[in-house]
Amino acid sequence: MKKLRKETKNNLITYGIVILTYIIVQILVATGNMSSLMQGLLVPFCTYVIVAISLNLTVGVLGELSLGHAGFMCVGAFSSALFSLAVKDSFTVAPLRFLCAILIGALSAALIGFLVGIPVLRLRGDYLAIVTLAFGEIIKNIINAIYLGIDGNGIHISLKDAMSLGLSEDGRMLIKGAQGITGTPHDSNFTIGVVLVLVTLFIVLNFMDSRSGRAVMSIRDNRIAAESVGIDVTRYKLIAFTISAALAGVAGVLYAHNLSTLNAQPKNFGYNMSILILVFVVLGGIGSMRGSMIAAVLLTLLPEVLRFMADYRMLIYAIVLIVMMLFNWSPDAINMRKRLMAKIFPKKSQKEEA
Amino acid sequence: MAMLEVKNLAISFGGLRAVSGFEITIEKGQLYGLIGPNGAGKTTAFNLLTGVYKPDEGSIVLDGVNITGKRTIDICKAGIARTFQNIRLFSDMSVLDNVKVGLHNSNEYSTFTGILRLPKYFKTEKAMNEEAMELLKVFGLEEFAAYNASNLPYGQQRKLEIARALATKPKLLLLDEPAAGMNPNETKELMDTIKFVRDHFDMTILLIEHDMKLVSGICEKLTVLNFGEVLCQGDTSEVLNNPEVIKAYLGE
Repeated sequence: MKKLRKETKNNLITYGIVILTYIIVQILVATGNMSSLMQGLLVPFCTYVIVAISLNLTVGVLGELSLGHAGFMCVGAFSSALFSLAVKDSFTVAPLRFLCAILIGALSAALIGFLVGIPVLRLRGDYLAIVTLAFGEIIKNIINAIYLGIDGNGIHISLKDAMSLGLSEDGRMLIKGAQGITGTPHDSNFTIGVVLVLVTLFIVLNFMDSRSGRAVMSIRDNRIAAESVGIDVTRYKLIAFTISAALAGVAGVLYAHNLSTLNAQPKNFGYNMSILILVFVVLGGIGSMRGSMIAAVLLTLLPEVLRFMADYRMLIYAIVLIVMMLFNWSPDAINMRKRLMAKIFPKKSQKEEA
Repeated sequence: MAMLEVKNLAISFGGLRAVSGFEITIEKGQLYGLIGPNGAGKTTAFNLLTGVYKPDEGSIVLDGVNITGKRTIDICKAGIARTFQNIRLFSDMSVLDNVKVGLHNSNEYSTFTGILRLPKYFKTEKAMNEEAMELLKVFGLEEFAAYNASNLPYGQQRKLEIARALATKPKLLLLDEPAAGMNPNETKELMDTIKFVRDHFDMTILLIEHDMKLVSGICEKLTVLNFGEVLCQGDTSEVLNNPEVIKAYLGE
């Protein structure tokens, strides 16, 4: 039972890092040592950390590749922003409204993830990557084309333009095609973001260390053997993928409620974003939630910190990517890390060897 | 009643008749061997029994229940567990977790319970840990419980695969070349393990093996396959002295 304790300890360290970071940031903000630019980045940090953890569930635990996680974020963002905007005037308790928005965002992303997963997860191979790649683009383009308004007669939807909605005088436009949703209440803040990060970690870490999580990992390690011991492969793949999609939806909710104008661009919900999230996961270490978190924060922070170098910014960004890759995956670097750890914590490493 | 009764089982891949007219009857508690030259269809027969392939013809009855054409996981639930010719462990999971995956269907709680850590989670996990450790102890693997499965030595990996199969609480255990790649000492140890499993768990065992020392040492009955068909069936000593078997195996 020594192993169990080790895992619990590891998880507690991960939670601890998040809470410690939160406290440090709060102290920095309170003492006025944080620029307003950085303060503006705090909620995006949480967003990217959540979506990186969620993708790591698909890539690291389930062992499937998803290239459309920005699409699930997009679904969560728009469904929840739509809800918040629609009830903004009648539902004034902000925290409660945001809680409902989170549930709606998570559920709609989960539903879409489930529907995408049903046909694809029955297959073997890289089909999930291909289908999610297409899915991400489809969602982004659909949302760019939707016009949605509400009036006394109910909800009007059009894929053409605002005029064809035929809203009556008292009607309100909610989604304005490529202009997206404007006027979403600013319900999210850093504290809520950190709480959501903790909840995401709680869900994913507990899932990994449970009967279902073991089933999912056994499928990743050896599908045929998993079937032979009675694991329902499709079922558990679907469960993991749906949870992953729901959490990406939560990240979308956080993202949407931090901006007054939400629209689906390649930059925030497109293919580039999906790849960026995958970069967080790969560089942070596939299967390591803590690594994804650190990578997400570092790689979001870096372009901003390097802003003063203007021309060389992306060059340095690329170098950091390569160095992180080497540090995490090269056998020599791993050995060096182990030796360093042994020097710094001699006792601990001895115990591990024994 | 027999534990396993297979009648007239057949499957073709394209034009190749991989197995045809395969019949076997195994009584409860028997240690049964399935032998034959390479490519005779032994592993295909195993895959038919475990539902990896669906048979074209024939019937499989396990302990009175017809399991012909069922899915692998339903056949596992019905009570057939197996190991693989090339070891298939969950290599990135701990030894303990490998066995706990085997306990998946006998210790249930929902995904929801697992995430929220409801009391049932702790109760079931505790029971699973105890049961898994007990199985590991039987195979002398308890000290490796926290190791990654892929870090075990070869012989231990074989044992872990058997332990994992036993965790599903099968009625019939299928072993696909358990002694492949083992040295004589390891094979000797394996024979004791297999005998022990049969006696300790009151298990019925069907095994594929090329190592004649192992086969003649522990199997009570044998079936010989050649070119997908049953060449000969009966008590071990009779079968191994059958001229046709010697011809198929060793040449004239």
